[in-house]
Amino acid sequence: MDIVVPIKFVPDLVEELEIDEGTGQLDRTFLRLVPNELDDHALEEALLLKEKHGGTITVVAIDSGDVDETLFTAVAKGADKVIKITGEGYEEGLSSHACVELLAKALGDLSYDVILTGTQAVDDVDGSVGGLLAAKLDLPYVGYVTKAVSEGGKLVVTKEYPGGLLAEVETDLPAVVGIQAAEQAPRYVVTSLVMDAMNNATIDETEGGEATATGAAEITAMRAPEKGEAAEMIAGDAGAVAEKLVQIMKEKGILS
Amino acid sequence: MSDVWVNVETLRGEITEISYTMLAAGRVLADGLEGSLTAVLLGSGAKDLSGKLGAADKVAYVDHAALADFNPEAHLKALTALAKSGAPRVILFGQTAMGTDLAYGVAMANGFSMASSCRTFKVEGGEPLFEAVTCGGKLIADGKMPGPTSVATVMPGGYKPESAMVDKTPGVEEVSVDADLGTLRTKVRGYIEPDTSDVDISKIPVLVSVGRGIGQEDNIGIAKELAAALKGEISSSRPVVDQGWLPTSRLVGKSGKSVKPKLYLALGISGAPEHMEGVPDWETMIAVNTDENAPIFDVATYGATVDIMDLIPALTEKVKAATGG
Amino acid sequence: MSLNSVLVLLALIASFGLFGYRCYRRFRHMRLGQPSPKFGDWGGRIKRLIVFVAGQARLFRFPWPGIAHFFIFWGFVSLIPTILQAIVEGLFPGVVIPFFSTWPPIVALQEFMALFVAIAVLYGLYLRVIANPERYEGSHKAEGTLVLCLILTITTSLILMNSARGAMGHEVPPHVPLSGAFSGLFAGMSHGSLEVLDRILYWIHLGAVLFFLTLLPIGKHFHVVTSIFNVLLSRLEPRGRLHGAATFEGVPGIKNIEQFPWRSMLDWYSCTECGRCQDVCPAYNSGLPLSPKKFIMALRAHLYERGVALEKGKGNGNGDDPVLKKELAGEVISDEILWACTTCYACDQECPLFVEHVPPIVDLRRYLLGQQRADNQLMTALQSLRRYGNSFGQSDRKRALWTKGMTPKIKDVRKEPAHTLWFVGDYASYSPTLLEPTKTTARVFQRAGIDFGILYDGERNSGNDIRRVGEEGLFDMLALKNKTAMFLQKEQTERNFQEIVTTDPHSYNSLKNEYFIDEGEAPPIYHYSEVLDEALRNGKLKVTKKLGYTVTYHDPCYLGRYNGIYDAPRRVLEAIGCRIVEMPRNRTNALCCGAGGGRIWMEEEGVKERPSENRIREALGLSGVEYFVVACPKDLTMYMDSVKTVGAEGKLHVKDLIELVDEATAEAQPAATAAAGTTEAGELDKEADA
Repeated sequence: MDIVVPIKFVPDLVEELEIDEGTGQLDRTFLRLVPNELDDHALEEALLLKEKHGGTITVVAIDSGDVDETLFTAVAKGADKVIKITGEGYEEGLSSHACVELLAKALGDLSYDVILTGTQAVDDVDGSVGGLLAAKLDLPYVGYVTKAVSEGGKLVVTKEYPGGLLAEVETDLPAVVGIQAAEQAPRYVVTSLVMDAMNNATIDETEGGEATATGAAEITAMRAPEKGEAAEMIAGDAGAVAEKLVQIMKEKGILS
Repeated sequence: MSDVWVNVETLRGEITEISYTMLAAGRVLADGLEGSLTAVLLGSGAKDLSGKLGAADKVAYVDHAALADFNPEAHLKALTALAKSGAPRVILFGQTAMGTDLAYGVAMANGFSMASSCRTFKVEGGEPLFEAVTCGGKLIADGKMPGPTSVATVMPGGYKPESAMVDKTPGVEEVSVDADLGTLRTKVRGYIEPDTSDVDISKIPVLVSVGRGIGQEDNIGIAKELAAALKGEISSSRPVVDQGWLPTSRLVGKSGKSVKPKLYLALGISGAPEHMEGVPDWETMIAVNTDENAPIFDVATYGATVDIMDLIPALTEKVKAATGG
Repeated sequence: MSLNSVLVLLALIASFGLFGYRCYRRFRHMRLGQPSPKFGDWGGRIKRLIVFVAGQARLFRFPWPGIAHFFIFWGFVSLIPTILQAIVEGLFPGVVIPFFSTWPPIVALQEFMALFVAIAVLYGLYLRVIANPERYEGSHKAEGTLVLCLILTITTSLILMNSARGAMGHEVPPHVPLSGAFSGLFAGMSHGSLEVLDRILYWIHLGAVLFFLTLLPIGKHFHVVTSIFNVLLSRLEPRGRLHGAATFEGVPGIKNIEQFPWRSMLDWYSCTECGRCQDVCPAYNSGLPLSPKKFIMALRAHLYERGVALEKGKGNGNGDDPVLKKELAGEVISDEILWACTTCYACDQECPLFVEHVPPIVDLRRYLLGQQRADNQLMTALQSLRRYGNSFGQSDRKRALWTKGMTPKIKDVRKEPAHTLWFVGDYASYSPTLLEPTKTTARVFQRAGIDFGILYDGERNSGNDIRRVGEEGLFDMLALKNKTAMFLQKEQTERNFQEIVTTDPHSYNSLKNEYFIDEGEAPPIYHYSEVLDEALRNGKLKVTKKLGYTVTYHDPCYLGRYNGIYDAPRRVLEAIGCRIVEMPRNRTNALCCGAGGGRIWMEEEGVKERPSENRIREALGLSGVEYFVVACPKDLTMYMDSVKTVGAEGKLHVKDLIELVDEATAEAQPAATAAAGTTEAGELDKEADA
C-alpha cells in the first residue's frame, strides 16, 4: 500500500498568538510553526498500515521555513520518501486552498493508493486540506477516521460520530482519508535516529511556484476573543480557592 | 441570487442538533439578504422528517436508496449537483463528521468560496459576513463571503438550536439530482454501537471534567474522588480519552457526548472549540487552568489559575466537610 | 609411585581439568564481548584493592555478615599453604613445604583461622538456613549452603587430620593448641586405626577442596577467582558520569548480550548473589519486579546460554537454536524491570565487588527507547523535551516567566557578566509548586550579595535524566544548546561567569561530571547548599533569627551518593538554629524518593508502596520532628505529595532548605520598631554576631 501523508505546518498554540496591529493578521515575526498534530496522527496511522501491509510512505510538506527536522524525523520513523515544496513567500502563511493547489501539483506524477492527512488543522479558516484535495483530485474522501485497514484492495475505515457512535466505511482506492486520531499515540523516535536520517537521507525538493488559488473566503481581520463574558476570577492559593468554590456551590444548591 | 441553503444532517433517522443551529444562522443570513431559507434534506424514505424543519421557508428533499445512510460520496455527489444547478448565495454545512465530508468538496468542485469553523454571521450592506473561531479558540477571524456562492461550515455555540425547533410545517419539494448515485466508490458497511455499559454523562447534573492538565493517569483517581464527593461523575476532553485514561463514554466534545450540566468543573482544560462544542449549555461553569489566557476563561462563570493538583484534594476535603460525606 | 600418589594425581588432573575447562569456556564467552577502555591510574586501583578486598570494607555495612566473610576470606588466604601442602604430600609423600608448613606461628595462625572460618561458616549456615533474610530471595540458596558445608568440611577435616597425626606422634606439623586439643580424642586409638583415620580425613579434605574447585566457575563462587580482578579493574571515573552510547548496525543501544563490553561480563561473573543490592533498591522495595541482583544473575545466565548456542551454531553451521532468538531486552529481562530503575546508585554503592548495575540497565533502555518500547507518558515527556527543552509542554520562551516582577532584575548572563551562573533547572522554572521557592532562592542570593545571573530562555533541561532514560542523542542536543547559551557572544574559552550554581542535584550531577569532559577547563560547579554554607560561614549571609526547629534532612541521591555532599546542607541547618534528627537511613543510606532515572515522567503501574511514602513514614517515626527538609526540586514535589497521600498533613511539613534559610536570614525589623524594643534588637544583634 503506497501512502502519501501531507503535513501542514501551523502556529504552535503553546505560544502567545499576537495580532499585527497594522495588517490585522496574525503576527508571524516570532511565531513558531509546528507540524499539525492531526497530521502526526495521520503519519502514525500510515506507519501502522505499512507495518501491517507493506508498501511505501511519502511525506510531503510545504516549506514554511523550518520543515526539515520534521521531514527527517518522518524518515527516522519509517517514511520512505520525503518531499519539500519550495517557493517564494510560503512563510507568510498559505490558505488551505493554496496548500491544496501546491500539493496537487507536487503529487502530479506520483502513484499512490491512499492519501492520509489530519481531518483538520488548528489554523484552518477555509476548510481542511484533506477534503479540498480529494475534490481537486476527484478522489473519494472520508473524514473523522480513527482506524484504517486494507482489505481486498480496498480501504476500510472507522469513522467517528458524536456520542461514541462509529461507522465502518469501505472505499475504493485511491482515496483520501482525514484522520481524527491514529490507533495509537504518535511514536517517539530517538534523536540519534533523527540525526542518522539528517546525515544519510535526502529531502526531495520540488518547485511549487506561486500559489494563485482562490476560493478561500476573505479574512478582513483577526482578533483575540472578546473578554465580554469573562469568568469571575478567584484569587488566592488552592486552599482559598477551594473555600470560595464550596461557598459558591452551596449558594447554587449543588451541595446538599 | 440571495437564497440560503442549509444542509440538514441526519444520523440514523434523527436530525442532528447542528442542523437547527444552522437553520437559526441561515435565518439571520436569509433575512439579511432578503432571500429564502431552504432546508436541504437527503435520504431514503425520509420525507417525513421535513415536518421538523419548519424554521426554513421550504424543504428540498432528495430521495435515493444510496442516501439511506450517510455515504460521503453519495451525499457529496448529490449536493454538488444540486448546488451547481441551484446556485444559492450561501450554503451552510455543519463543522462535523458529516458536514466536513461534504462542504469542502462542494465548494472546490463548483469553485465556490469557502469559510470554515464559523460561529456567527451577519449581513452588512447586502454582503454576508462571518465570524470564525480558529487556533484552538485563541483567535477570531472576521471575513467576507464572496459570491456568487459561498459555502460555510458552522460550529455550534453561535445560535441556540432551540430557536429553530418550531412547530410549523414547511412546504416540501421533492428534487431529483443530475448525479450518478448508482456507481459509488464508497460504501457504508455498518455501525459500531457505543458502549452503553457506562454511565450516560449527558444525564449527570454535576460533572468534574479533566483535560490535558491532569498530567498523568494516576491523577485521575483523585479527580474521581472529587466527583464522588460532589455526587457527580468524571468526564474529560479528548487528550485524556486518546491516552486511554478514561473510556470514550466519558468524552465531552465533538466526537463524544454533548452535556448541559448544572455544574461543569473544567480542570486543566484549555477550552478549545472541539471540547466546548460538547458543553452547549450549563448553569455554572468553574474553570481551573494555570494558563491565565486559556480560552475557557472567556466563557466560564468562575475561574482560578491555581494548580489543579493542589486544588483537587483541597476541594475534595472541603466538600466532604461541608456535606458531612 | 604409590597408589595413593597416583590417585592424588588423577584427582588433581580431573579436578583442575574440569575447573580449567569451565573457566576457559566462560573466558571464551567473555571474548565475545566488545573492547573496554584502557585501565589507568594503577596507584588508585591498588589502593582500592587494599581497602575493599584486603580490608573487605563494603562488607561491614552489614556488620556480622561482614565480620564472618572477613574471616572466611582471610581464612582461605591463610589456609592456601595447607592445601598446597596436602597436594604436595599427596604426590610426594613425606615432602613438607618449608616455612609455611613448619614455622609454628604460621601453623598456629592457620589453625586458628581454620577455627574462625568454621565459626563464620556456622554463622553463614544459620543465616542461610534459619534466618533466611529477604536479600537471599532469588539467589541459588542450595549452592550457597552446599559450599558452606564444603568449607566447613575442609576446615574441620584439616584440624582433625592434624589431630590424628599429632596423636600418632608426628612432629610435623608441630603440635599446636587446636590439633593438640583434639589429639586427646584419638588418644585411645591404635596406631593402625589412626593411620586409616588419617588417610580418610586426608581424602575428605583433599576431595572437598578439589570438588569445591570444580564448582567455582559454574556459580556464584566464581567470585573467588574473579573478585580481585573485578575490584582492580573497577571504574575509577566519577560515579555521576555515565558511559557513552554504543550503536550496532544503526540500532542504538544494546540488543544482544555480546554487544556489552567484556569488562561488564566480568562483573556478572563476580556477582556473589549476596543480595545487598536488592535490599537497598527502592524499586524492589516498592513492589516493582526489579532486583539488581537478579538482573545481574540473569545477564550471567544468558551470556552462558547464548555463548554456548553461538559456538554450537558456528560448529554445525546451524543458527536455529531457539536461544539465539531470545530477546535480551524483553524476554531475558522484561521491559517493566528495565524501566523500574530510579538510578539512585544505592545498588552500585552497596556491592562489595563493585559490580555495576545502573550502566547495563541504561544500555538496555537505550535499545528499548530506540524500539519505541516505553510508556506513552515518557514518550510525551521526551517529545516535549525535544521541542521545548522542558518536560512540562511549555514554551521555552516562558522559562524565565518566574522572574517577572522581581527587583532588582536578575542578570542575563548571555548578555552581561556575572560572577555566578545560576542554572535554574526545569522544575524550578516551570512547576507551580516551585515558583515561590525559586523566587526565594533569588532573594536569598541577593541578600548574600552573590553576583549572579541566569540564562533566561537560553537554558534547557540539563539532560541528566534524559541520559539515564536512554535518549543519548537528545542529551547531546540539549547539552549543546546549554553550552552554546553559556558561551554566547564570547569565544568558547571565555565565559561571562566564573562559576555555576544549581539548585537541582540532577543538573548539578550532569554539569559537574558529564558536560565539560572534552572542554579542557570546566568552571567550578556548586550546589546551592554549598554556596549557602559558605555564605553563612563567612558572614555574607547573617542569621537574624535562630529558628529552633527540630528537623530531619533527606539526602538527595544525586547530591549525596553520587557526589558526596552530605555535610554542607547539615551545616546550613545547624547555622540557622535547627536541630537535626537523622532518619535511620541517612547519608549514604538515604532512600531515593523514586523520581530519578526518568521515573517522574513514567506511569506508576505496579507500585505497591511508593518510595517517597515509605520515606515519609520513616520520618514520621522520629519524635519531635516538625520539618522534612529537602534540597532538590523533585524531592520537594514528591514529598509534598506523599505527605498528603500518607495523611500526615499538619504533622510533618516539607520545606526546601532555601525556605528555612530565607526565614532565618530575613531582614531584621526596620529601625522604628527596633527602637521601640531596644533590648530585643540588641539581643538580635548579639545572636547574629555569635
